[in-house]
Amino acid sequence: MSDLSGVHRSHSYYEASARGRLTHLLDAGSFRELLGPTERLTSPHLELLGQPCAFDDGIVIGRGRLDGRPVLVASQEGGFMGGAVGEVHGAKLTGLLELAVHEHPAAILLLLESGGVRLHEANAGLIAISEIIRALLAARAAGIPVIGLIGGIYGCFGGMGIVARCCDRLIINEEGRLGLSGPDVIETTMGVEEFDASDRALVWRTVGGKHRFLLGEVQQLVADDLAAFRTAVVEALGQPLQGLTLESLEREHQGLADRLANYGDCLDATEIWAALGLENPLQVPLLDIPTFLQVASQAGREGA
Amino acid sequence: MGKAVLVGVVTSGNLEVMVERADLNGTCQVEVSTSAQGFGSIWQAVLDDFAARHDLADLRISINDGGATPAVVSLRLDQAMEEFLGMVS
Repeated sequence: MSDLSGVHRSHSYYEASARGRLTHLLDAGSFRELLGPTERLTSPHLELLGQPCAFDDGIVIGRGRLDGRPVLVASQEGGFMGGAVGEVHGAKLTGLLELAVHEHPAAILLLLESGGVRLHEANAGLIAISEIIRALLAARAAGIPVIGLIGGIYGCFGGMGIVARCCDRLIINEEGRLGLSGPDVIETTMGVEEFDASDRALVWRTVGGKHRFLLGEVQQLVADDLAAFRTAVVEALGQPLQGLTLESLEREHQGLADRLANYGDCLDATEIWAALGLENPLQVPLLDIPTFLQVASQAGREGA
Repeated sequence: MGKAVLVGVVTSGNLEVMVERADLNGTCQVEVSTSAQGFGSIWQAVLDDFAARHDLADLRISINDGGATPAVVSLRLDQAMEEFLGMVS
């Protein structure tokens, strides 16, 4: 028999289900689900369309502890309709964010995995996104840190991409993808000459974790390991809040204007990496996380 | 909320199974929600086999199906019972 006692057993964030992620992210046994599957809060719209429902409508919400501190958490299930936000799904997330304003947890953790609005539910899904954003900003205004985690198979796009960028901080793995229009949407609407969604290398260097980190859209890049995500969240809880003020918004707008001015003519992410001063930009996708972070830091791009 | 477990995800070729304790006079109630029509006799056969493998008295079993094959359904049902019994003991 081989001795496997020294082997580190990791749990992939990318491959885990919404529930599995919570089990490994939070303090053992601390999670208490709100509006769980036995409540059978399923989508009224899908039923009318003859589509299968899920007992939790594709999102798990509840209370838990992380490093002993109370947190509210939501975890989207990408496997169910690509994590798309329907009316019930959205209402559960909005309710959790509103609950935070009353309970004042140490943080709200959003495990985001979603293609955006569940278009079967049309306006109900679209309205849900705006309600989520409003509740998220209210929680931030109340001084509660909102930390987004991204790293699932389906990425984080559409309305949930907007929600992600409304968070105080984002943590992502290399496999994670973040954007507004997803690769397939861009290809469908603009043509394959504009963006070839089947080119995985192109997809990852355009919307993947490393690029989002280099652009400063996410604050922490971690290995695809739930333990690494947990460590990063604990670290994030120790960081001062950025604050949601007019000044911070104006800084953000200025940053976007600078980005367009500096990189607006770039045709590929590798050109942006070269402009950022990264050595061997073509090698960036091949670097492991520790080496990548070192290279990024040499180019003046540090996580915060 | 009474004792209940949920396993699996409603994704293509997969299903979710929820097991709950219920007062059913020693019987077992199974509800299957699926958009695949015309497979009633196959579901019945899979569930008969499942019932022969486990003591299902006073359990409510609810299934949301995403077009799972019979083998996948059997594995999920067994997984659900394993987790349910592990939680109770």
